[in-house]
Amino acid sequence: MTRSITLTLNGTKRTDTVEPRLLLIHYLREVAGLTGPHIGCETSLCGACTVHVDGQAVKSCTMFAVQADGSHVLTIEGLDAAGQLDPMQEAFWNEHGLQCGFCTPGMIMTAKQIVERNPSPSDEEIREGLQGNLCRCTGYQHIVNAVRSLSAKA
Amino acid sequence: MATTTTKTGLLVGQRIRRREDPRLITGTATYVDDIQMPGMQHACIVRSPHGAAKIKSINVKPALEFPGVAAVFTGKDTEKVGPVPCGSSLPGLRVPHHHILAMDRVYFVGHPVAVVVASDRYIARDAAEALEVDYEPLPAVSDPEKALAPGAPAVHPEWPDNTAFNYHQDGGDIEKAFAAADVIVKQRITSQRLIPAAMETRGVVAQWLAGDRALTLHTSTQVPHLVRTLVAQMLGLEENRLRVITPEVGGGFGSKLNVYAEEALMGFVAMKIGKPVKWIESRRENFTCTIHGRGHVDYFEVAAKRDGTLLGIKLKLIQDLGAYHQLLTPAIPTLSVLMMPGLYKCQNIRADIVGVFTNAVPTDAYRGAGRPEATHGIERMMDVLAAELKMDPVEIRRKNFIANDAFPFHTATGLVYDSGNYAAPLDKALETVGYKKLRQEQKEAREQGRLMGIGLSTYGEICAIGPSPATPAGGWESATVKIEPSGKVTVMTGCSPHGQGEETTFAQIAGDELGVGIDDVLVVHGDTAIVQYGIGTFGSRGTAIGGTAMYFAIQELKEKIKKYGALLLNSDDVTFADGVCTDNQTGKSVPLAHIAAASYRAMKLPPNTEPGLVATYFWEPPNFTFPFGAHIVVTEVDRDTGDIEIKRYVAVDDCGNILNPLIVEGQVHGGVVQGLGQALWEQAVYDDSGQLVTGELMDYALPKAGNIPWIETGHTITPSPVNPLGVKGVGEAGTIGCSPAIVNSVVDALSPLGVRHIDMPMTPEKIWNLIQAGGRA
Repeated sequence: MTRSITLTLNGTKRTDTVEPRLLLIHYLREVAGLTGPHIGCETSLCGACTVHVDGQAVKSCTMFAVQADGSHVLTIEGLDAAGQLDPMQEAFWNEHGLQCGFCTPGMIMTAKQIVERNPSPSDEEIREGLQGNLCRCTGYQHIVNAVRSLSAKA
Repeated sequence: MATTTTKTGLLVGQRIRRREDPRLITGTATYVDDIQMPGMQHACIVRSPHGAAKIKSINVKPALEFPGVAAVFTGKDTEKVGPVPCGSSLPGLRVPHHHILAMDRVYFVGHPVAVVVASDRYIARDAAEALEVDYEPLPAVSDPEKALAPGAPAVHPEWPDNTAFNYHQDGGDIEKAFAAADVIVKQRITSQRLIPAAMETRGVVAQWLAGDRALTLHTSTQVPHLVRTLVAQMLGLEENRLRVITPEVGGGFGSKLNVYAEEALMGFVAMKIGKPVKWIESRRENFTCTIHGRGHVDYFEVAAKRDGTLLGIKLKLIQDLGAYHQLLTPAIPTLSVLMMPGLYKCQNIRADIVGVFTNAVPTDAYRGAGRPEATHGIERMMDVLAAELKMDPVEIRRKNFIANDAFPFHTATGLVYDSGNYAAPLDKALETVGYKKLRQEQKEAREQGRLMGIGLSTYGEICAIGPSPATPAGGWESATVKIEPSGKVTVMTGCSPHGQGEETTFAQIAGDELGVGIDDVLVVHGDTAIVQYGIGTFGSRGTAIGGTAMYFAIQELKEKIKKYGALLLNSDDVTFADGVCTDNQTGKSVPLAHIAAASYRAMKLPPNTEPGLVATYFWEPPNFTFPFGAHIVVTEVDRDTGDIEIKRYVAVDDCGNILNPLIVEGQVHGGVVQGLGQALWEQAVYDDSGQLVTGELMDYALPKAGNIPWIETGHTITPSPVNPLGVKGVGEAGTIGCSPAIVNSVVDALSPLGVRHIDMPMTPEKIWNLIQAGGRA
């Protein structure tokens, strides 16, 4: 009933035995103890659980943990591993890109992907890139400001 | 010893980034679902799939047989737990007994029927699936107007008219006003059911320590102390044996201003099984069993003179209550009535509310709670009247504004507006948007056959809720301010912020008052074992009432600081300012940290003075506050698709003094976008069998980053005289100002087709059909 998986989580290799049906988000939160990524819907609509799997932003409620076997997974906790905030974390702080903070870990992981793919996004491209992440507090404007502040054009 | 930092300049008024953010941006904050405890069990709740049904039988055996299942409880087990409380008490209110688990009947989709407790959340869900409930479905009714029709299915068999209450309010002489009218306009206006949809669903972790007779509830709420008092009553537990901890809360918007069945249920389960238990609401549950908002059908009649002067307003308000009363369910529409005259000096009103039971989850407070409905009503009616009289919507509003010298202003609904300058934000918004030029552009657009609209709302709101006599549970707020022996400042507020940034704004106030740096101040909240009794965060009250309570606690401390300063300086003439006590004669001074240390060391005490520097203050506000503002929206409607493009959104708000412009902007943006959500996309839809057909995020359209316009914000400042901070509150302003402004804009765009009103949400399908029908709805 269970399978062994090995993955590199925030730079550290680990092996665990998991049920095949265990969602990646539940693996991260309850097996690996990384509660930064949040569960807002479990149906891949809200984006609060977004992490990077092999460099791609992924909603970790849409994947089973066993599918991440052999992958490099980066969560919000991995961004400031060197004791220094990631520029995107700093940008969200400076621009008040969060209120209740629940969507924030997923939002930051998505925002990083936007500028990784396009270093000088327009506001429209930023908003398009954020379409998969819901925020009920900010009205998104300060989030757009945060992402724009890291644009190469800024 | 002197560890406090030297501070330069005032903190209040600065764009200071938030103190609470480091834990949130690093993923290290603790929300309820992040809590783990040894031996913790997971609960899954079995809920009714029917809008109305009899429960013929429940077979728990298949669930109990799952390996890992610890217990299953049904309504029979929890029968002795007290009912879910309703805090409002209108005359003649019918209050159905709201058991925490259904007994022999279910009244709405999502009604809790049983709880399955297991060692793992997957097993709990599997076992809950296996539990067998035999239902006999019954006819249901989910539309409040249909529920009032003769012969409608009775939601509660004992009350076949489905009427929970009738409420009337009169002001002035409405009959005389209507008799004197040159013109009377009528309109049916709805404010549809909405789903608050905080990004964090609700959740509870309960722990019972039998040896201590101590129950701890970690719960995602806006009102931890109210939860403690009321859940203790429900469970028959002494109040001081229940500790409620509100960890990080992922949004509320009113939906967590409540006491829910699940909070008592998890306490009950923990006490029964003797192990900690966690319940985390799924998104589907959040949509079906956490309160909804709005649910109004309003019939307005407005009487006016030919020159646009308002004479009287009549309102028949049908409130969809759902199947039960939650904490404030029946009270919400009464707030709408209070604000029905808006910013206008009309002194004749009559309102008749009928509260209607339906087979749906209860409605209750959702961002704005009664005031968006009121503002939507009066601001739509001002445009309906302006169209009838062929007046400019700006002109008709100016004509009826309460004058600047009329404050404090006594309204026909019994309120006293604290302060106002209603033309100021309107003028600023008109100038920002370039109103005259826009009307010219609109004329040209219409000549080209384009559907361009300009809409505005000049809104007022009732905030800082509120004086205790106006609330069901006390409307004051509390603060304890402690200056520690090192001079560091700890503030414990009875507020329970969940995104509003009060850890920052309160530290700004305290920093300025005590002359210490913002990093010297720590703001603590949300644990009933640590913080003195408090009311909570809702109704745009946090800073205006909670901040004021802290302010007064600090004033008491300052007197004590001066006494210790005088002792240390051996003087009887000292002042305290900028963090130091100074002898006015010699100019010698002693810093706060030395004073604090001396007050705790207590080698010598000033006359009639106790050791230590701690003060607690409960502040009862003398009145509400009344923020206001003007929103202007420019739209263009696509004739071929019915799509609405928002070309400009200008929001000028007056929330009194501004403590932190960055946070205020964020509150306005978020509020406006929730208003846009209501105006354009969101609607909770139940079908005729009581099934919620918008039961998931897939079916319920929340605003997304790419669907909303840039919001241009501005402010005017009219301080409130109600509190010494001069603040009014801003949490709900955006939502209240938004919906009538954009609906007025789209109606204006379609007015060449003869359109006079559109109900929300203004989906492209609705607009396209309206265009196809030549403007006839």
